[in-house]
Amino acid sequence: MSKVLMKGNEAIAEAAIQAGCRYFFGYPITPQNEIPAYMAKRLPMVGGCFLQAESEVAAINMVYGAAGAGARVMTSSSSPGISLKQEGISYIAGAELPCLIVNIVRGGPGLGGIQPAQSDYFQAVKGGGHGDYHLIVLAPSTIQEMVDLVQEGFDIADQYRNPVMILGDGMLGQMMEPVEFKERKPRQLPPKDWATTGWKGDRPRAVINSLFIDPQVLEEHVQRIYKKYEAIKANETKVECYNCEDAEIIVSAYGTTARIVRSVIELAAKEGIKVGLIRPITLWPFPADTFSSWVERDHVKAFLTVEMSMGQMVEDVTLSVGGRKPSYFYGRTGGMVPNPFDILDEIKKIRGGNR
Amino acid sequence: MAIVFKKPESLTDNPFHYCPGCTHGIVHRLIAEVMDELNIRQDTIGVAPVGCAVFAYDYFNCDMQEAAHGRAPAVATGIKRVHPDKVVFTYQGDGDLASIGAAEIVHAANRGEKITTIFINNAIYGMTGGQMAPTTLLGQVTVTSPYGRQAETEGYPIRMSEMLATLAGVAYIERVSVHDIKHINQAKKAIRKAFEYQIAGKGFTMVEVLSTCPTNWGMTPVESLEWVKDRMIPYYPLGVKKEAE
Ligand SMILES: Cc1ncc(C[n+]2csc(CCOP(=O)(O)OP(=O)(O)O)c2C)c(N)n1
Ligand code: SF4
Ligand SMILES: [Mg+2]
Repeated sequence: MSKVLMKGNEAIAEAAIQAGCRYFFGYPITPQNEIPAYMAKRLPMVGGCFLQAESEVAAINMVYGAAGAGARVMTSSSSPGISLKQEGISYIAGAELPCLIVNIVRGGPGLGGIQPAQSDYFQAVKGGGHGDYHLIVLAPSTIQEMVDLVQEGFDIADQYRNPVMILGDGMLGQMMEPVEFKERKPRQLPPKDWATTGWKGDRPRAVINSLFIDPQVLEEHVQRIYKKYEAIKANETKVECYNCEDAEIIVSAYGTTARIVRSVIELAAKEGIKVGLIRPITLWPFPADTFSSWVERDHVKAFLTVEMSMGQMVEDVTLSVGGRKPSYFYGRTGGMVPNPFDILDEIKKIRGGNR
Repeated sequence: MAIVFKKPESLTDNPFHYCPGCTHGIVHRLIAEVMDELNIRQDTIGVAPVGCAVFAYDYFNCDMQEAAHGRAPAVATGIKRVHPDKVVFTYQGDGDLASIGAAEIVHAANRGEKITTIFINNAIYGMTGGQMAPTTLLGQVTVTSPYGRQAETEGYPIRMSEMLATLAGVAYIERVSVHDIKHINQAKKAIRKAFEYQIAGKGFTMVEVLSTCPTNWGMTPVESLEWVKDRMIPYYPLGVKKEAE
């Protein structure tokens, strides 16, 4: 298929439709409004259903109902809206329902701003809602990757019966790039014989539920989900290593920030400084082993994490580095985008022992 | 020997966990009888609330989903949009529907979602131990209105049926009671009509059932039934609040 020029948010929506998503429930919030607008136009053309809910709370619970009814379903929002959805997300994880949740992150806390940020990493990766659970969190850094991960994301959700989050940011949502909607090799997915479709007696009665009042039963339920997480860690962890061979400083960044770090690597090379990039594509599961494998190399002197936040992913990087090499952080927040020259300065400071 | 009284097929064999004299169980049975009579059990998907009826998914013998507190109408919306040919109902208490889930019920009704809501108004939060609900009567003592509910500080008991009846998307709303046989029969007729209207695709349907909570009202089962008749019905008048042609 040929390439088309598309805005990030619209590419997400089209990718979802091409992945067979037929239900969308959402509530307006900047900077993701192009997703529902695109869905509102396109879904009726393919026999699907777009519904603007009365709130993000309602939207995520509609997703719960539709996912429990066996549909491929998604919602999208931005930071404050995702906060409102957290109770529902926890229920979805507890009831083991597959769905796709898109967060086009903006600056916070509170109403914050509408410019791109990465300050929802903790919320996405460490829980967000209550209880023991994980979302599978995918962090694209180009529009093409966004398209690929949206499509892959639905399959991952179905395969493991677990909600998947696409963690983007206002920059990725708003920028335009050429994309290709590739023919995908579909995964072998289990049948949704657990869904509430009307019970004819030909399977066990379907009950979508996250309540297990007996603590022993609840513990077993959670432990079973955590076994599933082990399989997800083993099979689905994705990371890109760029220019790490013989790099002196390894920078880690995801999403928009990783794009900026690529130009930093070029700037640094011109000055004879060897910089590499570890770019987690799955933020959960986090590619801890990749960090471990680079940390032992003699040529690697230090790690620097760059984020559009006050430092969130850096905690996972530091944990993975495990004190074996120094781990530094540089970030801008509130919608401010890091400047490549400022990142380069940080790298120079680290090299010069001034950090 | 002829069987004159048996459990509806639309109920499972699980014993109810409700307190003695609680009318949740009666309403469950009425819904199940209607499902049997309309022969819709295999095509019905129910949504249980958070509240004393949280285990409704163990009792109704059809596919069920358990919703977060107050969100049953949103969950039902998601289900119905995926399966427009199925019968979808929610079963919700007054804390669930009239307080935390007020937005969800208003907008599901206003969209004319083709679902049926069975709304159990027992003027209290049963499950959490007898706190004030939006439906608690003026002067009624609860653990969070220990001096009796005061309009000045807690506002007025909310009449959800009348409020929702103003919405264009609503096809049918009736308030009923289950404090005696005559009213139980009327309640069943209303529930049946609500399901029939849903099946006919007329729009949103709801039956509000005045119900007892002897445990948290601090009354005997018999006193509770009297209290529904003498105290609740005068404030919450029974009858059809809206019926589309
Ligand atoms: C978000 C959230 N808030 C509070 C609760 C606690 N809670 C459980 S049931 C309930 C009240 C239920 O009362 P009602 O809806 O009137 O049902 P009843 O038990 O009277 O039938 C509350 C507040 C909860 N489970 N979830
Ligand atoms: S607490 Fe009240 S509403 Fe709940 S089961 Fe007991 S009597 Fe019924
Ligand atoms: Mg109640």
